[in-house]
Amino acid sequence: MIFGTTPSQTVGPYFAIGLPFDAGPFVVPEGTPGAIHITGTIYDGAGVPIPDFLLETWQADPGGRFADLHGYGGASEMPGFRGFARYGLEDGDGTFDIVTVKPGPVPGLDGQLQAPHIDVSVFARGMLNRCVTRIYFADETEANAADPGLARVPADRWRTLLAQPTSDGYTIDFRFQGPDETVFFDV
Amino acid sequence: MTEELQTESREVRQIYDPIGPTPTSYIREPEDAHPPLDYPGYKSTALRHPKQPLIYLPQTITEITGPQLGPVVVGESDHDLTIQHEGEPIGERITVSGRVFDTEGKPLRGTLVEIWQANAAGRYKHRWDRWPAPLDPNFSGAGRCLTDDEGRYQFTTIKPGPYPWGNHYNAWRPAHIHFSLMGRAFIQRLVTQMYFPGDPFFPYDPIFNSVRDPAARERMISRFSIHDTVPNWAAAYEFDIYLRGPGATPFEEAH
Repeated sequence: MIFGTTPSQTVGPYFAIGLPFDAGPFVVPEGTPGAIHITGTIYDGAGVPIPDFLLETWQADPGGRFADLHGYGGASEMPGFRGFARYGLEDGDGTFDIVTVKPGPVPGLDGQLQAPHIDVSVFARGMLNRCVTRIYFADETEANAADPGLARVPADRWRTLLAQPTSDGYTIDFRFQGPDETVFFDV
Repeated sequence: MTEELQTESREVRQIYDPIGPTPTSYIREPEDAHPPLDYPGYKSTALRHPKQPLIYLPQTITEITGPQLGPVVVGESDHDLTIQHEGEPIGERITVSGRVFDTEGKPLRGTLVEIWQANAAGRYKHRWDRWPAPLDPNFSGAGRCLTDDEGRYQFTTIKPGPYPWGNHYNAWRPAHIHFSLMGRAFIQRLVTQMYFPGDPFFPYDPIFNSVRDPAARERMISRFSIHDTVPNWAAAYEFDIYLRGPGATPFEEAH
C-alpha cells in the first residue's frame, strides 16, 4: 500500500437526487423466468423503520457465475443478469423490494463451496461508512451448515442472516441494535 | 518544459498499466482509515450503528467482483450539470476533475463516478430539504460519468453553497459534493464527500472531523487548479480518489 484510501463519508439524507436509477431494483429484467422478490424492512436502534436508506446487493447467477466488470471467474451467460441491485427512495418507508434470481453456490477459500448468498451494503444518513452484511437462505440448511462465512458467526445470530421463504421469494429484515441485531461483516 | 512533462506522463502510463489482472485479494485497511460508525458528535449515528463488533469475513469471489453499470446509467449530458435544463443554473461555474486510483497508484479505468450536490444557495432539489433557500429551476444537482483509460473523470457544475442543519446549535455543513465510486469490486465501493480548500466551516463540522487522521481528512479536500481553469469560463478544482488496492489476505484477523 503506497497511498492511503480516500475516507468514507455519509451518503446523507438527499442521495435520492443522484443515486437511484429506474432499473436499480432489478437484478434481472422484470418477467425473467424464475425471478423472485426479496423484501424486507430496515430498522434503527429504536426499532423504527429507516426511511432514507440506500441498499445495494451483489450476487452470482443460479449457476454461480458473476456479471463481473472484468469477467472474473467466467462471466454469467444468463440474459439480462446484472447481479447488482440498488434500492433507495426520495420518500421511503423503510421497506425494500428487489427482483432477482436465487444465486447458486460459489467457490470459497481452499476450494470449499460457499452456500448461496448475496452481499449487501447499507448506506444512510447517520452512517459514516457503509454497513456490509450477507443474505443467506433459510431453506439451504445443508449448504449453510458447511458455509465458511457462517461458520464465523455465533449460532444464535445465524437467524439474522437467513432470508425466510415467502409466496414469491424471500424476506429478511436488517436491524441496527437490539436483541436481533443483524450480523455485519468486516470485509 | 512541455517535453519534460510529456516524458513523465509516458513513464507513468508504462508503470501503471491499467489493464492489469483482476486482484484476487485486497488490503485490509487500518482502523482509522474511515470514520467510526458510532460517533457521538454526529447525532444521527446513535441509533444507526451496530452495537455488536463486526465479524471478520475472508474475501471471496463475491467480494472481489463487481458490476458493470456504465451502459445502464450514464447518459450523454450526465457529466455536465449546467446543461441539463433549458437555461443555465445560477452560481459559480466550475469544473471538478481528477483520477480514480487504487492504493498502489494504479488508475481504475471504466469505473462509475456519480455525484450529487446542493445548488449555489445550498439547497438540494429534494422533497425533504426544507431550508428556506431558493431552488434553481435550471439545476438538478446530479451527475454521472465513467473514468477513461487513465482513470480520469471530469464534471462541469456549479459550486455548491454551505447550508445549515439540525445537528447542534448553529450547525452548518461546509460546501461539499457527494461522490459515489463503484470501483471494480464490491470491496472497493466508496461513498464520500469532496470539500473545497480553506472552507471556514471545517473546524465546526462533525462529519468532516469524524475522520480522525488529519492526513486522511486532507484527502477529502479538492485543490484549486489555475492550470486547468478555463479562461473566461470556469474555475477548476481537482480531486483524486483512492480506493482499496490489492494486498495479501492475512491468515488471521489483525484484531
